[in-house]
Amino acid sequence: MHLAYPAVLAALLFCTGLYGVLARRNAILVLMSVELMLNAVNLNLVAFDVWLRDTVHAGQALTLFTIAIAAAEIGIGLAIVLMVYRNRGTSDVDRLRDTVEGREPAPTSDSAPAEPTAPRPEVAA
Amino acid sequence: MTTTTLAVLVPLLPFAGAVAGLLLGRTAPGFVRPLAVLPTLAAAVLAVLVAVSQGGGRPIDVATELTPTGSVPIDLALYLDGFAVLTAVLVGVVATCVQVYSTAYLREDPRYPSYAALVSLFTSAMLLVVYSGDLMVLLVGWEIMGICSYFLVGHYWETEAARSASLKAFLVTKLGDVPFLIGLFALAVDAGSFRITKILGAVAAGGLDHPTLIALLLLAGVAGKSAQFPLHTWLPDAMAGPTPVSALIHAATMVAAGVYFIARLLPVFTASRAALVVLAVMAAVTMVGSGLAALAQDDIKRVLAYSTVGQLGYMTGALAVGDRGAAFFHLLSHGAFKALLFLGAGVIIHAAGTNSLSAMARMDGLAKRIPDAFWTMTIALLALAAIPPFAGFFSKEAVLVAAEQAATGHSDSAPSAAGWLVLVAGVLTALLTAAYATRLWLMAFRGRGAAAPDHGKEPLAMTGVLWLLAVPSIGFGLAAGPLPDWLDGHELSPTVATAVLGTGAAVIGVALTYALWQRAAARAARVPAGLPTAAATAEAEHAAVESAAQAPEVDEVTHDHPAVVAGAVPDPGKALLGPLYRHAAAGFHLDAVYAALFVRPVRAAAGLVHFLDREVVETYVRGAGGAPRLLGALVRRAQTGNVQSYLSTLFAGAVVLAIATAVLANVNAGS
Amino acid sequence: MIGTTLAAAAAAGSGASPGFLSPSGVEIAFLLVGLATLGAAVVTVTTKQLVHAALWLVVALGGIAVEYLLLTAEFIAWVQVLIYLGSVVVLLLFGLMLTKAPIGPSPDADSGNRWVALGVAVAAAGALVWVVVDAFRTTWIDLDGPVQGSTAVSGEILFRHWVLPFEALSVLLLAALIGAIVLSRKNGDTGTARQEGKR
Repeated sequence: MHLAYPAVLAALLFCTGLYGVLARRNAILVLMSVELMLNAVNLNLVAFDVWLRDTVHAGQALTLFTIAIAAAEIGIGLAIVLMVYRNRGTSDVDRLRDTVEGREPAPTSDSAPAEPTAPRPEVAA
Repeated sequence: MTTTTLAVLVPLLPFAGAVAGLLLGRTAPGFVRPLAVLPTLAAAVLAVLVAVSQGGGRPIDVATELTPTGSVPIDLALYLDGFAVLTAVLVGVVATCVQVYSTAYLREDPRYPSYAALVSLFTSAMLLVVYSGDLMVLLVGWEIMGICSYFLVGHYWETEAARSASLKAFLVTKLGDVPFLIGLFALAVDAGSFRITKILGAVAAGGLDHPTLIALLLLAGVAGKSAQFPLHTWLPDAMAGPTPVSALIHAATMVAAGVYFIARLLPVFTASRAALVVLAVMAAVTMVGSGLAALAQDDIKRVLAYSTVGQLGYMTGALAVGDRGAAFFHLLSHGAFKALLFLGAGVIIHAAGTNSLSAMARMDGLAKRIPDAFWTMTIALLALAAIPPFAGFFSKEAVLVAAEQAATGHSDSAPSAAGWLVLVAGVLTALLTAAYATRLWLMAFRGRGAAAPDHGKEPLAMTGVLWLLAVPSIGFGLAAGPLPDWLDGHELSPTVATAVLGTGAAVIGVALTYALWQRAAARAARVPAGLPTAAATAEAEHAAVESAAQAPEVDEVTHDHPAVVAGAVPDPGKALLGPLYRHAAAGFHLDAVYAALFVRPVRAAAGLVHFLDREVVETYVRGAGGAPRLLGALVRRAQTGNVQSYLSTLFAGAVVLAIATAVLANVNAGS
Repeated sequence: MIGTTLAAAAAAGSGASPGFLSPSGVEIAFLLVGLATLGAAVVTVTTKQLVHAALWLVVALGGIAVEYLLLTAEFIAWVQVLIYLGSVVVLLLFGLMLTKAPIGPSPDADSGNRWVALGVAVAAAGALVWVVVDAFRTTWIDLDGPVQGSTAVSGEILFRHWVLPFEALSVLLLAALIGAIVLSRKNGDTGTARQEGKR
């Protein structure tokens, strides 16, 4: 099989994921795009491993590790997103702008138009 | 101890006293007075010892080189000849007198510690100048004296007059010091050394390439320091300082430093006839002009200041005719009686509560209130007027004799034109000197009007010093005999012709002034005291205002002021000078000339610089600040807080870099 | 330029090596599955419906698993199916539900950064594809011979050569597990109690 097929496919998938990371508003969709990028890399690894006929199969082993780490990443990432959502009432990436220039470090609920139903522990406490 | 060790100790002791006084002035006020008087006294005693052991013999010349200084070496050198040791004695004695006097005079002054330390420092610097055998070391002392003078003139810095006077003294003397410095360098380059002995050797061997230029450059510095025309204007204004300072610095010692300097380097000046003629013209103009100006002054200290200028003119005149012995003789005797005059004037001001002569002329019995000051002042004024047998007569005669010898062609170095100039101006000035001395005496002690205020007895520290200084004022003329052995060996005793000429002029001056005073007093008596003319009232008020403006010490004297009684004042000077009086009182408007020539252009230039700084330079500065601010504002806009835009920029950059790398690799591979 | 180099490569490689323009069966299958995968991925990052995005992601990831199979890496293919399709996507769906993601099209799914993102992505894609094609236009993978990614082979290399990283990875997973738990807790016990009480 021509090596260019999996390589080009991996490159295109990676760029699709890149677009998703940069363009999506919802943090969970951003995480999905990150998964796409990781998979593109994995595809590359496997293709080159097969091409090289590596005796220790470093590419495949690394792919397995990547998959495991991606699983851990998605777990942690989702936990963070959930926490942000609980604190801010939103998981939209472009509304989390506490580091904008010229703004005092505001109370955490300030940066997001709070939904009335959103629980806010620190306010409640 | 060897003479050299003693001589080294002489300047060091007052210096140590000054340092200790500055350090302990605040913490241990009890030590201030001993620290001021004792080192100076010890220095005076040591100076006398040095003088005795040197004894007018061969000059002692020792030097040590601290470190190599390149092509022209600078040594720590002592050069002790008769001039140096005797001047040191004068400086030491007068400084001691002034320190003792100051303990009483500035008793209640809160800044006495720093004042005493500065006077000690000044004494040390002057002794350094006197003893130094190296021109660079001499220059150090010279400049320290200048800065001490600046501080001491501005002692009463609360008053505008003292502040501006100190600035003026500093700037005018610096105006002379800059050419002086250049002259020193030129001299050292020509002679190959800063050592006085080597320079004199080079001059004797005819080794100077530009004697006239060097002499004229040095003359500028001397004119500044010794208050000679046209740089004399700072000295009358410097009277804003405390009276003892005027006695020490602006009468006896510092202003004599210029004369002393020329005396030391006289061969350099006699190498150039043009310089001698310039010196003679300078001396003549200074003498006559200052005599006229002194006749018109109302402030007693300004009279004495102009008198100092005139007497220094005598000294430079003697130097112009190439006789440094005569100049030096006059320096010593003048130092004694002028210090006495100033210290006495301090007592008078203390007693009368004013500086103004016209105010004193309206007081009765001032002489009886302060008999010590009266008698010593009388002695000193007689010495100033050169009435035999007082000290001033002999020293002035020495100058006139030297001028006469030069005029008749007996001098080997001086041109006869300079001799005639100095002789004529000297005789004329003798008349003027006698006239203003008489005027001063009459107006200060023969006043009529309200009784002088009684402030009790003057302290012993003040009157005792007066009597101490009165001794040389009377008897220093006897030194005319032995003195030549210490100096060059020129005869210093008077000759009949000049004695008759000089004394005749002085007697004429005294008599004329007395007669005019009598007439003026009679006319003043005709006007009823209760109904003074409007003009006289205005004039008296003017005089009072003037005296208040010129005499900051009036505020400092703690006694209550006597009310100025309106009325005409018999002033012989007015009658003597006639239409010249107005101009003489203003110092012949030299200050106005300076204002037009220097002050206004400098102010205009300063205004230009101000404008350039404000409008041009600051624009650049503002631009330098504004451009980063603008850039910063632009960059701030990029800080949106949106993580995605940051990430986009990051990736865009990475892509650009990757493409650039790929393109470059392709291009390189293709080539 | 790429086209010409590709053509040149095809012309040069038509002799000894397999032809570029005469694909084998595996290549055709790879190409088709790849197109499907790419399409699913594009839909994933562009669709307005959040849940649909997750579901299209399943298609994309599954496509990649098929590609693994075609590349004879069967163990990784099954791991992909198990972990990605089985757990990650489910996790993502749970996340969407917990953050109250709307069902149905949400018009603001893309941020204002979309056009910049598109530019960056297209530029990156162009650069990557150009470089990759330029570099590997004459390279073929020999898929004949022994299977390289079977379970036996994978197990052997994993436990013979990669034991230490494997064990380290297990520690990492443990740490991630604990971290996720800590993060998911509701800000301490009192806060949790109050939150529970409120609800």
